[in-house]
Amino acid sequence: MPSVKMPRHNTDTDMTPFVDVAFLILSFFMLATKFKPPEKIPIKTPGSVLADKLPENDAVMMTIDSSDRVFFSVLSQKEPKIKVEVLKKLNTMRGLNLTDAQMEKFKNIYMVGVPLASLGQFLDLSAEEQKTYKDPGIPVLDSATNEMVWWINASVAAFSDRGIKLTNFLLKGDGESKFPTLEGIVSAMERNEEFKYQLITSLEGVPTSSELDKFNKKPKGK
Amino acid sequence: MSSIDTSSEGGGHKKGPGVKKAKKHSTRIDMTPMVDLGFLLITFFIFTTTMSSPTTLKLNMPKDTDKEEEKNKAKESGALTIMLGKGNQVYYYEGQLKVDATENNFKVTTFKQIREIILKKKADVISRYVRNVDCENDKLNLWKKNNIEGKFLSDAQESCEQKDLVVVIKPNSEATYKNTVDILDEMSICRVFTYALVKIASVENELIKKTEETSGIK
Repeated sequence: MPSVKMPRHNTDTDMTPFVDVAFLILSFFMLATKFKPPEKIPIKTPGSVLADKLPENDAVMMTIDSSDRVFFSVLSQKEPKIKVEVLKKLNTMRGLNLTDAQMEKFKNIYMVGVPLASLGQFLDLSAEEQKTYKDPGIPVLDSATNEMVWWINASVAAFSDRGIKLTNFLLKGDGESKFPTLEGIVSAMERNEEFKYQLITSLEGVPTSSELDKFNKKPKGK
Repeated sequence: MSSIDTSSEGGGHKKGPGVKKAKKHSTRIDMTPMVDLGFLLITFFIFTTTMSSPTTLKLNMPKDTDKEEEKNKAKESGALTIMLGKGNQVYYYEGQLKVDATENNFKVTTFKQIREIILKKKADVISRYVRNVDCENDKLNLWKKNNIEGKFLSDAQESCEQKDLVVVIKPNSEATYKNTVDILDEMSICRVFTYALVKIASVENELIKKTEETSGIK
């Protein structure tokens, strides 16, 4: 009598499709990832329904953190040298007596949050010391000592030397910061005859059946 | 699986002393380390990726010189003043501030209800609007002149029917940045075109203080 042969199953599973999918996901994330610039202070931006793209070049950013400290940064990934040029302008404008070596170091600083008087001291610190340094923030509250005026002025001058009209003034504020700080920045901008801002916010959905929602859904043109 | 077979005996294939047979290599490669690495990279990229890129909200402030003119332009019937205080409280009044023994139009509300109030005001202004073709044509010409594309007659009509509506936003010193952005955002949600961020008057600030004290807002 012939014995019944059990079919032999292979214990090896073919992992190829699985690996294919894994690498597909991997390539997606690799392409989609955009590395954040190192941020020393976490800022929780409020949400808004408007979705304009954020410029990355030829822009300056003013940051307010949750304890109302103000920071200033020049955003220009294409030309990192422009940062140094801004500081050079500021140096001659305010007579800060910074050395060339000190100003050269400014290239590596993403955000500056120190009063002009202690800027030289801050630049002398090593990179590690700067990371742990507790920034006091740029003073803006008092109109007589509002140093943001000079930072904006110097940036506009430095960009115009390169034939660029600086129009992107970004404002990134923490939701918890108080209004007077914002007002201080607004008045610094006004003294430089600049009136257009872009507030950095995180995107929120448009509330359904609100006026904006209806407008967006309406067919265009007439 | 992937180990190379180095032993020459034990196969039982040898036929004779002179016969050399090519070693049979397995065509299967052990893919485990590669897959491991793949998943490690996936996890890394998932954690580092920032999906929601920040967006921007455009804000144009009026020049100081324009302000007086703008103020006079604002018709009392279409003006709505919104003030922001501490504890996410919102205060508002319509038209001119009138607080005396007979009248009080200074009211307290919250962020949840402010949308209704803005929309009510807007509807009120629109209901009083009589179609004005000149205004519509002016708007269209202005857009044409400034090369603004994607604007049509319907946009001109929308903007003309609410031309008397002006929302004045006055955060006090205790209002947070979030409140300010939220109320600006509310303007775009309700499609209010004319609004201004203005410094708060001391009379209004005192009224807010008084209300905070009586209702115990911290």
